[in-house]
Order: sequence, then structure tokens, then C-alpha cells
Amino acid sequence: MSLKTSVKVIQETAPRPRLGWLITDSIAVSRRHLLKITRVPESLFFALIQPVMFVLLFAFVFGGAIDVGPGGATGYREYLIPGILAQTVMFAVAGITVGITEDASKGIMDRFRSLPMRPGAVLTGHTLASLLQNILVITILSLTGLAVGWRINNGFADAALAYLMFAVFAYAITWVGAWIGLHMPNSEVAGTAGLAWIFPFTFASNIFTPVATMPTWLQPFVLWNPVSSLALAARQLFGNPTPLLGDSFPERYPVQLAFGYAFLLLAIFAPLAVRAFKTRNK
Amino acid sequence: MALAIKATGLTKKFGEVVALNGIDIEVEEGTVLGLLGPNGSGKTTIVRILATLIQADTGSAIVGGFNVATEQDDVRNIIGLTGQYAAVDEYLTGRENLELFGRLFHLSKFEAAKRAAELLERFDLTDAADRGIKGYSGGMRRRLDLAASLIGRPNVLFLDEPTTGLDPRSRQGMWEVIAALVAEGTTVLLTTQYLEEADQLANRIVVLDHGNVIAQGTSNELKSQVGGDRIEIVLDAVSDLAKTAELIKEIGSAPASIEEVTKTVLLPVSGGSTAIVDVVRKLDENKIVIADIALRRPTLDDVFLSLTGHVTEETQTPDAPKGRRGRKARR
Repeated sequence: MSLKTSVKVIQETAPRPRLGWLITDSIAVSRRHLLKITRVPESLFFALIQPVMFVLLFAFVFGGAIDVGPGGATGYREYLIPGILAQTVMFAVAGITVGITEDASKGIMDRFRSLPMRPGAVLTGHTLASLLQNILVITILSLTGLAVGWRINNGFADAALAYLMFAVFAYAITWVGAWIGLHMPNSEVAGTAGLAWIFPFTFASNIFTPVATMPTWLQPFVLWNPVSSLALAARQLFGNPTPLLGDSFPERYPVQLAFGYAFLLLAIFAPLAVRAFKTRNK
Repeated sequence: MALAIKATGLTKKFGEVVALNGIDIEVEEGTVLGLLGPNGSGKTTIVRILATLIQADTGSAIVGGFNVATEQDDVRNIIGLTGQYAAVDEYLTGRENLELFGRLFHLSKFEAAKRAAELLERFDLTDAADRGIKGYSGGMRRRLDLAASLIGRPNVLFLDEPTTGLDPRSRQGMWEVIAALVAEGTTVLLTTQYLEEADQLANRIVVLDHGNVIAQGTSNELKSQVGGDRIEIVLDAVSDLAKTAELIKEIGSAPASIEEVTKTVLLPVSGGSTAIVDVVRKLDENKIVIADIALRRPTLDDVFLSLTGHVTEETQTPDAPKGRRGRKARR
């Protein structure tokens, strides 16, 4: 190969394991997205205002019509907050779908793909930044909940597990959004399609109303819906009201199921998304 | 001389559309190859294959000694790519963008910052370095984009329509920057719809149409395919056209042709400047008023027209219309 000798200088890169590069590349990419949040603080503001409005709306407007058993209005607020946390985690996914579609349509994706970086880092960096934003929103939402009467009734360990569960689930589900984003033709379509699948999962769940209030044909879907498992698990761990339908598997093991769903989503959609990224337009 | 790029038999289909129909390309180290062709001729597809963004259906390509299909990381280490869109983050500052790409090129934090500062200085962006890209002009964005593609000190630089959409002054600025890079030994593969751009920058030109190479050579070689010089005479009165063509026919190497709309007589000549003097004298003797007269070498526009039977589909002319180019663009 005489051609090889024609290369003047080959970039001197220290031999580092691929995983090492994946981590440093991901940090560089997530820093980009975090900087972006500071440049457009409005996006964070509206990511916060929307769930807070849902809390106020359901706590003071609709809540009175929904019966979750003993405790009346306070009982409903305790029921509501874990549900809103689950909803917030779901809605945040639409943001990454649009973000990734925008990158892909603006050419910066091509630049990333022409660099000697780990290809997966474009997505891990983006999902990590999204996780950090999620953690901030969940914190503020929890404080709002405390203000309207929500309480953590169990111990610290259970509460910590609940927040860990939200973080793991939030991270896993953003990969679904990333995967969808890589298949969207433009950010307008991504804006609608990115939300379209989120609605049935978010609202055909137990986040606002107990499963028992829904038609029987819908109940199996609601029971097995990952969003229901997430909300139910959180209610259990926080010691909030958990009006159950019966003693089906998803109602008996919501915590295990929520973690299980998260790892399953991650195992399926992270490789799919990375593959879609690598082979985009091929 | 060693080859920096060697592509053999590249084909690519997007669904039913044939984008490339068996392309061979060779670029010598330290030279500029211009890929010239209208939209949809396959220029960008070639760049995307060579820059490892997509894979060819068949054929192979070596860039800087590495196979683009099997040694992607090695290729990416030695190339730079500037696409048709400014591939930078709108919300970050110029400096933050360059540092980001430096980090992703696996430079240390310190090196990335140093390299970013160097490039900002070189591309005259130091004053705007800490402002968001949103406030940059088109020309500044392109310069930043080019700077970003130089972060890793590439041996081979791909420029996909680097001046499309720029005003004439920014375009001139980009040309100077590109010429300077070539002077430093960078190999450049440049795509363009602007014939003038290929003429200015490229050592060799490959003309593409519908995924095929339809001609290649130096700018002069391509021009000589079309024929030699021509004298272009613009008259005041349409009524003089036929008489003029008759009067000057023995000065030319072939019969003169007439374009009534533009009141122009075109005369192919071999003698160049002596011929122009003869024409002026002859018309003066016969009291024919000349509005404008010029000796013209054929442009790449003429080359393209004679090779494909259609002119390039320029979306906008790169500068103020001049000579035949301007009239063609309006046709």
C-alpha cells in the first residue's frame, strides 16, 4: 500500500479504550445541550410551567370529581403528584425527538458523523443532557407538590428508590424519542409525531384516575402500561394512596416492573437508535 | 505524485434514482479537484461517500491511504468536511462551537481552546468569537463552518458548494482562504455549480451530469474542447448585424453568427488580438457603430453547454451578470 505512505501526518490520538472515548465524547456533547438550555432559558421555563399547571389544575379544578378513596382532596393530591411526575418524564421525550430531528436536518449531524468521535456519543450525550433537565424538573415539581399538600410518608430509602426509578425510566424512555427523531423528515413532523405516541401511553394510565373507573376492555392495557407501573410504584414507595383494581401481577410488583420496563426499553431502543444514527441516509 | 483520493467505479442508487453511475476520480496530493455539475448531478453524493457519511453500492474509494468503507475512523481522522449547510450549533458561540468540535476530535481541553483561538483569528472571527452564531452573517457562518472543518488539521478537505448563497465579497473572501489552504499543502475536493469558482480554484475539473463523468481535465483543456477564442461585437443597430457578419467573415476562422436579441455578432478567430484590430478597422471603414467589442475565451459555461446540450441550472449568478454568462442565466 504505497498510498498509506502518502499521508503526511496522522492525527496523534492517544490509544484509549473505546468506552473511554464514548464517555469523554458524550460529556462534550451533553455540555453542548446544557449550554443550549442556558441560551434559551424559555425552553426550560416552559418545560417547568406545564407540569406545574397540571398540578394546580388537577389539584384544585378536576381533583374534586375524582375519588381515590379515603382522604378526600388531600388524598387526591397525594395520588396526583407521582402521576404528574410520570407524565413529566413522558412529555420530556418529545423534546429530544424534535432536537435530534433538528440536528439531522441542519447538517450538524453530518459534521458529527464525519468526526473521529464515537458515533454513539451524539445520542448518549443528548440523552444525558435530557436526563439532567428531567432531574431538575422533577425536583421543582416535587417541591410544588409539597406546597399543595403532597407528602412523602415512607422512609428516606423508599423515597430515594422512587427518585432513582424516575431517573432510570426517564433516561430509558428518551432513547425511544431519539430513535423516533432519527426517522422524522423534519422538525414540524417530529413535533407532532413525537407527541402522538406519548398521549395514549400517558393518559390511558392510572396517573390521574384509578384503573377501576375505566371500561373493562381498557383495563388490561392500563394495568400493563409502563406509565401506570411507574406511577403506582412511586405511590407505593412514597406511601401515597394506591387504589387497586385487584391483585394482578402489575399491581403486585409495580417497582420491579417499572425498573424492568426501563431496562427493556434501554436494551431495545439504545442499540436501535445508534444503528439508525450510523446508517442514516445510507 | 501520490494520490490523496482514488475512487473507482462508484455507484449509488437512492430507491429507483441512480445518483452515481460508475464514477472514477483521482486527486493528486496538494491539488484541488473541482466537481462541477448542476443540482442532482451526483456531486454531493460523491462527497458524502468519500467523507464516510454514506456507503457506495459498488466500487471502492481510498482517501489518504485509507478505505472509506472499512477504515472509517482513520479516514475521519484526516479529513475535514464543509457541507452545504453551516453545520454548527446556532445557540452556541463561535468559540464554543470550535471547542466542541475540537474535543470531539479528541484534542485535550487546552489544545481545543488553543486551536479554536487560532482558527478564529485566522478567519477574522475573533471579535465575534463570543457571540451566538444566530447573529452571524452568512459569510461569517461559512467561515466558521470552514474553520470547524479544519480543527483536526485535515490532509484532505471536502468543500461541498462552499460559496452557495454568499454575496460576491464573501465569496471572494472564501476563495482566498481556500487558496491559502491549498498553498499549505491541503488536498481539496470542491463541488460547485459556479463555473467561475471551478475555474478560479481547481487544478483539475470533473464535469458531472446525471451521475456520469462527462468530461475532465484542466480548465484550459476543457475550454479548448469547445473551440478557440471568439470576438463578440455588440452593435447599436439591429439593421447592421447581417452586414457586419458579411464584412468580417474573412477575418474569422469560421463564419460569424448573429444573436438578434442582444444585437451581437460572434466571430470565431484564431488570431486573437490582431483579429480584433482588423475587425475594428473594417467596421470603422464601413461606418458601423460598435457599442461594445471584446475578445472572449470560452467559459466553462460554454463547455457545459456543448457537453450536455443544456446550461448549468444556476440558482443564482455568483456575481453581476457579465458577458454571455449573464444572458444565459436569464434565459
